[in-house]
Amino acid sequence: MSLDLQDVAVGPKGGAPLFDAISLSVAPGEVATLMGPSGIGKSTLLDAIGGHLAHGFIVTGSVRLNGRCVLGLPAEARRIGVLFQDAMLFPHLSVGDNLAFGLARSVRGVARRLAVDAALEQAGLAGFAGRDPATLSGGQRARAALMRALLAQPEALLLDEPFSRLDAELRAEIRGFVFEHLRKCGIPGLLVTHDASDADAAGGMVVNL
Amino acid sequence: MSGEGRALRVLVAVAVMGGLVLPILAGFAQTLGAAFGILTAIGAVEWSLAPWYQLMALPGFGTSLRLSLVTGVGATVLALLLATGFFALMHGRMGHGAIGRGAMPFLAAPHAALAIGLAFLLAPSGWIARLLSPALTGWDRPPDWATVNDGWGLALIVGLLIKEVPFLLLVIGSALGQLPLRQHMAAGRALGYGRGAVWVKVIMPQVYPLIRLPIFIVLAFSLSVVDMAIILGPSNPPTLAVAITRWFYATDTALILPASAAALMQAAVVAAAVAAWIAAERVAKRLGLWWLRRGGRGRRAAPGLWLAGSVVGILMVLGVLALAGLVLWSFAWRWSFPQALPQSWSVKGWLTPESGWGRALRATLIIGSSVTAASLLLAIAWLEGEDRARRGRAGWAQALIYLPLLVPQIGFLYGLNVLFLKIGVSGGMLAVVWAQMLFVFPYVMIALSDPWRALDRQHLRAAAALGAGPWRRLMVVKLPMLVRPVLAAAAIGFAVSVAQYLPTLFMGAGRVATLTTEAVTLAGGSDRRVVGVYAVLQAGLPFLAYGVALLVPAVVYRNRRGLLGGAA
Repeated sequence: MSLDLQDVAVGPKGGAPLFDAISLSVAPGEVATLMGPSGIGKSTLLDAIGGHLAHGFIVTGSVRLNGRCVLGLPAEARRIGVLFQDAMLFPHLSVGDNLAFGLARSVRGVARRLAVDAALEQAGLAGFAGRDPATLSGGQRARAALMRALLAQPEALLLDEPFSRLDAELRAEIRGFVFEHLRKCGIPGLLVTHDASDADAAGGMVVNL
Repeated sequence: MSGEGRALRVLVAVAVMGGLVLPILAGFAQTLGAAFGILTAIGAVEWSLAPWYQLMALPGFGTSLRLSLVTGVGATVLALLLATGFFALMHGRMGHGAIGRGAMPFLAAPHAALAIGLAFLLAPSGWIARLLSPALTGWDRPPDWATVNDGWGLALIVGLLIKEVPFLLLVIGSALGQLPLRQHMAAGRALGYGRGAVWVKVIMPQVYPLIRLPIFIVLAFSLSVVDMAIILGPSNPPTLAVAITRWFYATDTALILPASAAALMQAAVVAAAVAAWIAAERVAKRLGLWWLRRGGRGRRAAPGLWLAGSVVGILMVLGVLALAGLVLWSFAWRWSFPQALPQSWSVKGWLTPESGWGRALRATLIIGSSVTAASLLLAIAWLEGEDRARRGRAGWAQALIYLPLLVPQIGFLYGLNVLFLKIGVSGGMLAVVWAQMLFVFPYVMIALSDPWRALDRQHLRAAAALGAGPWRRLMVVKLPMLVRPVLAAAAIGFAVSVAQYLPTLFMGAGRVATLTTEAVTLAGGSDRRVVGVYAVLQAGLPFLAYGVALLVPAVVYRNRRGLLGGAA
């Protein structure tokens, strides 16, 4: 599984692109890093890859995931997960239901609960299924968000500064947790960050926009 | 706490309690007495259950009750489903601002004018039939169908939907501003859910608690609406609220007692409907969670959303055609049946204010501006009192503001009129202004509260540090900075006042005729050209008020960019 960007540029419709077109290839389990000054369009590029581009923006070039061209597909059909700065757990659902939200429809009945319990266990959140997400700590929320994304079995994961709200110690821990899971599952990751230590920890290619 | 701030708050409390809460309670007490046989004005002095037995025996009572429930609850459920479906479909394709702007004209148009326009549109001899005839239908005279005033109340439901769907769209749109919508949408779609599915499963459950109160207002209103139900609803028997109005005004004064019992029952119907709605919420929550846990990605839901979107589109088109039809009729001279447009035109209706609309217009303007001014003054005094006390609003005070919008007007207005008769103010402008204020003040207060609180307090601290006292801060800093929202609140208040039917009818005791009461009275049988003039005027005044509210700040602050963009 690999994520390939070929001459990808993003910009307002009819306007100049935000940055020079970039090309890069991320191998399975690898995490590439996008760096650059604020406002250059790093998050917009992630939006374009994930299919979440705001109205009035267009993307050029090609994005291939395991050889299939994704730019023409709606976000929900791309199989590309996202982790945000805030974990974006849905506040009206319990932690367990948030994770179950990621599970495919084909997982039915008891299997759903078992899958969620197993994921919670891996995230060190065993027994948290019934909890209100608002009662979790920042690190717990980040781990739950990763588990929710992974349960949807994505073929690539976009990381939009997901560690920036965490303090230094927690940051290293969560980072390690996320990268290890990506490696284990063989999912290519694309990380946007301001922090050089994130890029070092990711260990993959670094692209400066 | 300053002494001055306290004096202001006491004043506001006395005005709100004495002027708004007490009349509602006293009106209810009077109705309660009459429902159990006590109404000295007609010589009834003995407690009894007779009015209730009489009510049960009144012809059509059961049907009226059923019609009210079906049209009221039906319109509310449909309005909520349609508004939700429309947003699920259009979100992302259309900005929330655009949806709000699109909803505005439908909110501004009074119920009565819209209902009259709709009747002129849907009736067998209406505009739609004229546009299609004789080419498509072969009709050269109107068919004998009941497309308006139909026995099921379908026309009434359509009329209610044209008003309530835009209201819910606006309310949902403003609730969305409080949610991290884009990220939740992206998070849901990244997990493989379609737009509509994310909307229904993720966004709507978070929006719902924020729009619950407006939904209850829609429910209470739809169950007890009178003017729209007279014009569009079934006529014999009519919905309960219309039946009660008729009984109160029957020549036989003995009917006042069972009518009072029915008025209490109308209040109970609204309370029971709200209670049932709350119970249904619980069930819906369970079902929703079960459905959500199955993890369906909602690809099959799309046709339902398209259906909801198209129905909303059709409703909007009907609304626009209804209002356009009114203008057409008011300028028509000869317009015989299958013609799509009038054969000859005339401005005669508009050139003869002495035919009646001149007086009605004058009364509407006087009442509207007095009610608006008084409500605005009270709202500003209330908000300023809160500021000076440096504290937020207590929950009970907030509930007090919504009270008149949740209890049915008919439950207490007749009783209040009996009291007004006793103190000798009934049948005058003062009584009408007072009664209308009960319903105008809440809207003014709701419209003004959020922008008032959003004002940057640093400006006030800066003014105080420069030596400005509380009054100078209010007059020279706060009010000028809040000119846009204050005028917007005034426009809303004026529009609500223009649309009031029952308070004017009851308190005016037949002596105060406004555009609304005249239009509703004439709508039944009169010349469409005459009714058209009244309805156009009635619909035109709110639009005029909103126009002024937009224009004045834009002109006054044309060189003040910081004051033009903000919240209104």
